[in-house]
Amino acid sequence: MSAPAGDALRIEHLEVSYRVGRRERKVVSDVNFTIRRGESYGLVGESGCGKSTVAFAAIRYLARNGRVSGGRIWVDGRDLWSLSARQLRELRTRSVAMVYQDPGRALNPSVRIGRQMAEVFEVAEGLTGRAALERAAHMLARVQIASPDRVLRNYPHELSGGMQQRVVIAMALSMSPGLLILDEPTTGLDATVEAEVLDLIARLHAELGNSILFISHNLPVVARMCDRVGVLYAGELIEEGPAAEVFGDPRHPYTVGLLRCMPTYGMRKNDGRLETIPGFLPAPGTITGRCVYADRCANATERCRVEAPPPVDLGGRTARCFYPERAPDLPRQNLAPARRGAAPNGREPKQSDGPLLATRNLSKTYRIAGRTLQAVHRVTLDLWPGETLGLVGESGSGKSSLAKLLVGLSSPDAGSEVQLHGEALPASADDRTLEQLKALQMVFQNPGSALNRSQTVRRLLTRSLRLVRLVGAAREARLEELAASVRLTAEHLDEKPRRLSGGLKQRVGIARAFAGGPRVVVCDEPTSALDVSVQAAILNLLVDLQAQERVGYIFISHDLNVVHYVSDRIAVLYLGRLMEMGPADRVFSGPHHPYTEALLSANPHLEERDAGRIRLSGELPNALNLPSGCVFHTRCPRKLGSICEREEPPLATAGPGHAIRCHIPPDRLGRAATPHG
Amino acid sequence: MSAQTAALQASRAAARGRAAERWRAALHSKTLLAGVLILGFWIVCALAGARLAPLDPYADDLLATLAPPSAAHWFGTDQLGRDVFSRVIVGARDILIVAPLATLVGTVLGTALGLALGYMRGTVDEIASRVIEALQALPLVIVALMALAAVGTSDLTVVLVIGFVFTPLIARTVRSAVLLESELDYVAAARLRGDGTLAIMFVEILPNVLPIAVVEMTVRLGYAIFFVASLSFLGFGIQPPSADWGIAIAENYSLVGSYWWTVLFDAAATASLVVGVNLVADGLAGVFEA
Repeated sequence: MSAPAGDALRIEHLEVSYRVGRRERKVVSDVNFTIRRGESYGLVGESGCGKSTVAFAAIRYLARNGRVSGGRIWVDGRDLWSLSARQLRELRTRSVAMVYQDPGRALNPSVRIGRQMAEVFEVAEGLTGRAALERAAHMLARVQIASPDRVLRNYPHELSGGMQQRVVIAMALSMSPGLLILDEPTTGLDATVEAEVLDLIARLHAELGNSILFISHNLPVVARMCDRVGVLYAGELIEEGPAAEVFGDPRHPYTVGLLRCMPTYGMRKNDGRLETIPGFLPAPGTITGRCVYADRCANATERCRVEAPPPVDLGGRTARCFYPERAPDLPRQNLAPARRGAAPNGREPKQSDGPLLATRNLSKTYRIAGRTLQAVHRVTLDLWPGETLGLVGESGSGKSSLAKLLVGLSSPDAGSEVQLHGEALPASADDRTLEQLKALQMVFQNPGSALNRSQTVRRLLTRSLRLVRLVGAAREARLEELAASVRLTAEHLDEKPRRLSGGLKQRVGIARAFAGGPRVVVCDEPTSALDVSVQAAILNLLVDLQAQERVGYIFISHDLNVVHYVSDRIAVLYLGRLMEMGPADRVFSGPHHPYTEALLSANPHLEERDAGRIRLSGELPNALNLPSGCVFHTRCPRKLGSICEREEPPLATAGPGHAIRCHIPPDRLGRAATPHG
Repeated sequence: MSAQTAALQASRAAARGRAAERWRAALHSKTLLAGVLILGFWIVCALAGARLAPLDPYADDLLATLAPPSAAHWFGTDQLGRDVFSRVIVGARDILIVAPLATLVGTVLGTALGLALGYMRGTVDEIASRVIEALQALPLVIVALMALAAVGTSDLTVVLVIGFVFTPLIARTVRSAVLLESELDYVAAARLRGDGTLAIMFVEILPNVLPIAVVEMTVRLGYAIFFVASLSFLGFGIQPPSADWGIAIAENYSLVGSYWWTVLFDAAATASLVVGVNLVADGLAGVFEA
């Protein structure tokens, strides 16, 4: 084998096994790819597909129970297994650097940033004291930290997530490594911060010309950041090639399916259902001797079930499929939009009936050490029967606080009100009547923690059926009907939650919310803990249930494409205040509030490749110390002047049903180029 | 659905495999094995009692007082000429009734208290938590002694007093576990379907903190044995004429210089039982926590 001197990383026939108990389980098999000098390479795949394992193997840093059971790896032209312990250490110090998902855990919480950063230079270059600190400050300036000297004196907890990740990137770059490995570097960050960090990475990459291995589950992000991509599925690299080709003209049915099941920019629930990938992600290493994807593939033939396809060379790209030419013609599913069922009481609700759910000046103020924190401030909104109201905003915007107030898991300030059918609801769920509880239910973000792990699905749902006061055979029948409505089988009913996949757990969570025949369901990020292929199925289910039962949704999500897909109207929150509210299409097409404009601009999607992005500068203000006037003025790219600092603008009408809280007149606010044309 | 079913069966088999694996690993662990052997030996002694003892443990023989270990008396005899070996064997019974019962009382009360404090929080929790901390600063044996002096000593009062003394300790552990559980969304979901406080505490949360309570109970059992032995030694635990290790040590410790066998074997028995229980506790903690 010739020494591939010119490549930053070359992996051939990599196999990694983990020892679990006494069994060896192969989690990565026959992975091949090369990252050339200066290239950025993306590794994408859903959870558990082996992305991070490949990255850790590339620096020989696997968990204690893992080992590379086959294949070879060259870093910078050097065979990783020919290196002595000292050489390996040297390699990890100077040639390769890694940035992890959670910057909070990558930094030592009890050591100042300056000390942590200087250490790198002290160890690697023998610098001391001032010289090392100066180099650290220099690195911070490089990652666009405006006041490096202040940050050097800070402890990690004094920095926001975005700042922490910049510091970690600065540390990773301090030895000018030839290869930078980024493992989900922006997954924990907010959309606008993520956009900033990605910009930074792209700029540094262009400046320094190093190679990048970028690991992510987020396809649009990888499409934006990388020259080449590899798609991992169940531990196998099923497709590999230039990013534009793989995403533009995928040749493996899995890649095709994955791309189709994401709601595309501008797609709405009335346009049609989302495509899904049938079946489940297999655990890596459980399928051998045949195609790992055959069970879920509409193109699969007998051959796929008895023989494992090798990577097929398609000229500069490969696909591990016998029929790569058929991938573009993968049969489409029946995508007719969900049909509306008859209204449950046989009567179409009329506008004159008034809103289903309404809030009037809803506020929630926490008192922390004598200071006040306005989590939600004077939010007034209506939800009409059968309608979805999307709530968007970054973390700290008060979305989840608002959700809790609505269902009564926390109590609002005096003077606020939540009304159901025009009647005020008791503040706390504990004081609400069974009828009121039944009408207003919630689907939680993390299905793992929302289901009691000690109860079977049957027991869990049965307990919720007490809301409708059914007993005996009637309750049994309702249980089966409920399970069927979220497509759970009788088998699932007798399982405890931990045996179910994330998607199945969320179905149980949805079934529970629908047990009492609710009128309003608050969905708090119901798909953010799920993989892309599972997300589509859950969104379809929610849309179907809405069409059948005519329930109203409050749908919270940070994913704008998802919100746009399911919502009829959208409300944008910033620091607990309603900044904009209107019909989904108008919120997306403009005129926009400057904050909405920035959010939309930060939203990565596959279709476009960077054009006139709007970036927010600065940090989310401390909620304990809110800016005066318009709370957004500290970050607003369109700030008018002192009026923004003095006066809070009113929610002004910007069109039919569309209101924006800004001093700028609506006709002078920005408009997005709509994908609809 | 066949793919779903297959996936489910695979995960079910895997979960069974994991559980079996854990038990197998635990059984292969020398810690648990040694603990079970020691504890098992004393349980057999406690159950069989006098039937296992070669001589009558209560029969005195004033002609053979303080005899050193010999073929007739393996562990020698005490001041009244009673066979020490037989008394050590029979002595396992009372302590193996009193200590586990006391631990059980403490665990049941402590778990209930921990659930209530951890779930309901508020002022009561604040106050109770401070009180528990204050109690932990006191030497527990002294507290128990004072309580027993006040209510009078019997096996029942010993069980209750040790149970009460352990209650706050177990409550503290359970409370912190309940605090974490209360934050999980399944508790919120239970509130949203109108479950009452008691139902949420005992039906929803309790099963999830039970493993922690069980591990805590095994750890406490070791302390309880030591506790009972200490109280007996001080005359406030198990009462004569029952053969008991603590009493035997108390009666004979002044003689330990010349007649070591009257103390050593009872002390060793107590120590071995505590060690045995702790080994089992460690082994079980491994099984539950893995």
